[in-house]
Amino acid sequence: MAKSGAEVPRVYGGPAGWISVAVPAAIFAWMLQYVGPVSDGNPVLLALDWVPSMDIRLSVLIDGLSLTFALLISGIGALVTLYSTKYLGNHPEYPRFVLFLMMFMVGMLGLVLSDNLIALFVFWEITTISSYLLIGFSSDEAKSRRSALQALLVTGTGGLALLAGMILLGNVAGSFELSVILTQGEAIRAHPLYVPIVILFLAGAFTKSAQFPFHFWLPNAMAAPTPVSAYLHSATMVKAGVYLMARVNPALGDSELWFWTLVIAGGFTTVFASILAVRQTDIKQVLAYTTLMALGALTLFIGTGSPDAIKGMMAFLVVHSLYKAALFLMIGIVDHETGTREADRLRGLGRKMPLTFLGGALAAISMAGIPPFVGFIGKEFLYKAGLGHEQATWWITGTIFAASVLMFVAAGIAVLRPFTGKLADADTPQTPHEGPWAMWIGPIILGVFSLGFGLFPDTVEAWLVAPGTWAVYGDYDYTVDLYLFREANAAFLLSLATFATGAFLYTVHRPMRAWLGRVMEANPIKFDPGWDRVLDGLKAVAGWQTRILQSGVLQRYIFTIFATLAIGVGATMYLKDVLNFRVDWAAEFDGLVFKHWAVLVFITAGAILTAITSSRMTAIAALGVVGIGVALIFIMFSAPDVAITQLLVETLVVVLVAVAMLKLPHLGLAKDRKRRPVHAALAGVVGVLVTLVMVAVLQGEIDLAITEYFETASWPEAYGRNIVNVILVDFRAIDTFGEIAVVVIAALSAYALLRGTRYGNTDDEIEEGRK
Amino acid sequence: MEILVAIMVGVLVAASVYLMLARNVLRFLFGLILISNAANLIIFASGRLTAEAPPLIPEGADAPLETVANALPQALVLTAIVIGFGLFAFALTLVFRTYQNLGTLNSDEMRLAEPEEGGK
Repeated sequence: MAKSGAEVPRVYGGPAGWISVAVPAAIFAWMLQYVGPVSDGNPVLLALDWVPSMDIRLSVLIDGLSLTFALLISGIGALVTLYSTKYLGNHPEYPRFVLFLMMFMVGMLGLVLSDNLIALFVFWEITTISSYLLIGFSSDEAKSRRSALQALLVTGTGGLALLAGMILLGNVAGSFELSVILTQGEAIRAHPLYVPIVILFLAGAFTKSAQFPFHFWLPNAMAAPTPVSAYLHSATMVKAGVYLMARVNPALGDSELWFWTLVIAGGFTTVFASILAVRQTDIKQVLAYTTLMALGALTLFIGTGSPDAIKGMMAFLVVHSLYKAALFLMIGIVDHETGTREADRLRGLGRKMPLTFLGGALAAISMAGIPPFVGFIGKEFLYKAGLGHEQATWWITGTIFAASVLMFVAAGIAVLRPFTGKLADADTPQTPHEGPWAMWIGPIILGVFSLGFGLFPDTVEAWLVAPGTWAVYGDYDYTVDLYLFREANAAFLLSLATFATGAFLYTVHRPMRAWLGRVMEANPIKFDPGWDRVLDGLKAVAGWQTRILQSGVLQRYIFTIFATLAIGVGATMYLKDVLNFRVDWAAEFDGLVFKHWAVLVFITAGAILTAITSSRMTAIAALGVVGIGVALIFIMFSAPDVAITQLLVETLVVVLVAVAMLKLPHLGLAKDRKRRPVHAALAGVVGVLVTLVMVAVLQGEIDLAITEYFETASWPEAYGRNIVNVILVDFRAIDTFGEIAVVVIAALSAYALLRGTRYGNTDDEIEEGRK
Repeated sequence: MEILVAIMVGVLVAASVYLMLARNVLRFLFGLILISNAANLIIFASGRLTAEAPPLIPEGADAPLETVANALPQALVLTAIVIGFGLFAFALTLVFRTYQNLGTLNSDEMRLAEPEEGGK
């Protein structure tokens, strides 16, 4: 599928290929050892201190929920990477792709296994970033780049909200460890910050799991290569939001706010997405929208919160990951081998691609919820939970019924239609043929699991669903029981109704699609273009404030800096009330003689003269006066070393300026005349503030501890009698070394500047310009 | 004396801010020299002024026998003077070189990196 550059022949993707398969497979095998203890109801907790001072630990919590996720992530990960060796193995950027995919997998595993909220957040962001890189993998296509950025901005913004929510939750619970937080549900729900915490957490979860109204990024994310869609956007990353809600359910759930928000948003997303799914003609888009539907259903049942609902949610979570990854991989094979994913152009592929058809069919039957597949069990228990719940019974059951019907239709569109019937003649860009084993093996394995778990529901119940239900519900005494069929109850009858309605709608799905298309066109609210308008608005604001702040005029920048300084310092001094001091003028003037006054007057006069003169020579002379005056102050107040340095430097400064003047023009003040009063006012304000700050500082007590240390340590420790020198060359020798380095760098840079090549005007042109 | 130095430093800072606000980069440079002098004086005076008692340890003693001037700000100012000189020397070279290349000392006319938007 290389869209750019030449293909690089590699056998199963080369080393990058087999390493990327071996790593998730090994992780999967390693995680299996925890199935035993966890299914006995004993969560495993491992910990490693990371930033102990901030209560951030790399701690791992393996309970039913995280183990289910970890097994799905590593297991499906291994199948997807195996698939990628053939799908993208010859792509010039394949190793880069594998790197991003592994980075994502590490992030996702860390996310579900972290016991520490902050660590969880870090891994959460890793999945956001790696998802951005993967969606934008075909970076030469504008559509990919847009979709990647959209996903990044939507999920990244939610991530920031989540971080805020986590910090609040950590402070309320007194710990950032989930294993501690989850036991404090009562206290957290009673806390005044409960509502903000829930809102912030849900902002993170809803954006990540694409719940309405943040759903629009997910179908666009299908711009990614198909293995990415199969892995990130169906089985793993988009479920991170679901994971988060399920994870914190014992702490944040069981309140009116939680219930109604999740039930309404989840239910609405479910129905809305399944209608959009049936409307699509691109089979990958059909699958994308059915994923949205599944995420909505999971949210809906976490919100419902009864043990039955959680059980149904956990069962459906496993069911969905199995069939959806398989279907994405299947459509990837179809795309790879025929060159199109358009439902209307694909017919009768079953004969040419029997193994792909087998994998797809197993998954599709599970998706349609037909017994004996595990999909049937998932659907049955969702119905049972909905019918058995007291609040919002009809909303929950109704939405899930509508979604299941449309899911049935979508399964038909995705698999039944393309693979059965007569093979269309040359309607596909490539002649259809079976894909390589590495590609069809994944859907078949996942399909076999869908069937196996359906035939032996006790296994999935004991290994995954029961421990998961305990973890999400927060109660380890609840008995979880999954079964295929026991009696013809209401849920079973509802299933029969689902099949009947679904079968009818499938037969009319093509006219229905056209009709839905017209209805959607008429709907004035469009999220995707709305997103563009929001971004355009943001850009306009950014452009506006850049034009204001980044005028490109140095003078204005400096004015802004000093004005900010004046306002900031002035306001702080006023608010902190540091100005009520008294100056003891008598003590101030005590002991002042002529030399003191002379120095003060000379420096002041020199500074003012430098500022107002228009003659270069006067300015240089005045600067010299100031410099020498400062040196005199150092001499008068017992700093001979400093005075010597000051004198040498001051002399050099004047010499350098004078030399430069030989080649530089006159000062030319005329152009600034209009703004001068404003500048003088600002300068005056800054000057007064500096004086006030300094006087305020001088009023305070001085802490001489460090000075005393140097005074007593200079001789015994460093054998020096000149304390200032000892500080410079011994106690603070590294500072002095840094200072020398600065001077050397300045000298080298100045030399490079003077020797560098010239551009633009030459001396001659400047000369001509003057004339 | 500290208060009077503080007032004088205020004048120095005011003069340097005024100079730095000018469009002529040479005047900006003058402001830079003044403001580094002002900063040094602030550090020096904040450690309190002590007349005629340099921070030296007499022969045969382990520490100063009587109160001497605060050595710490002196060491800081010494470093600051040298660094300030390095900064100034580089800035002066930059101004000089800029004038050679662009033929102006007016910062408004230096638009090589950011041409006027109207000029597009």
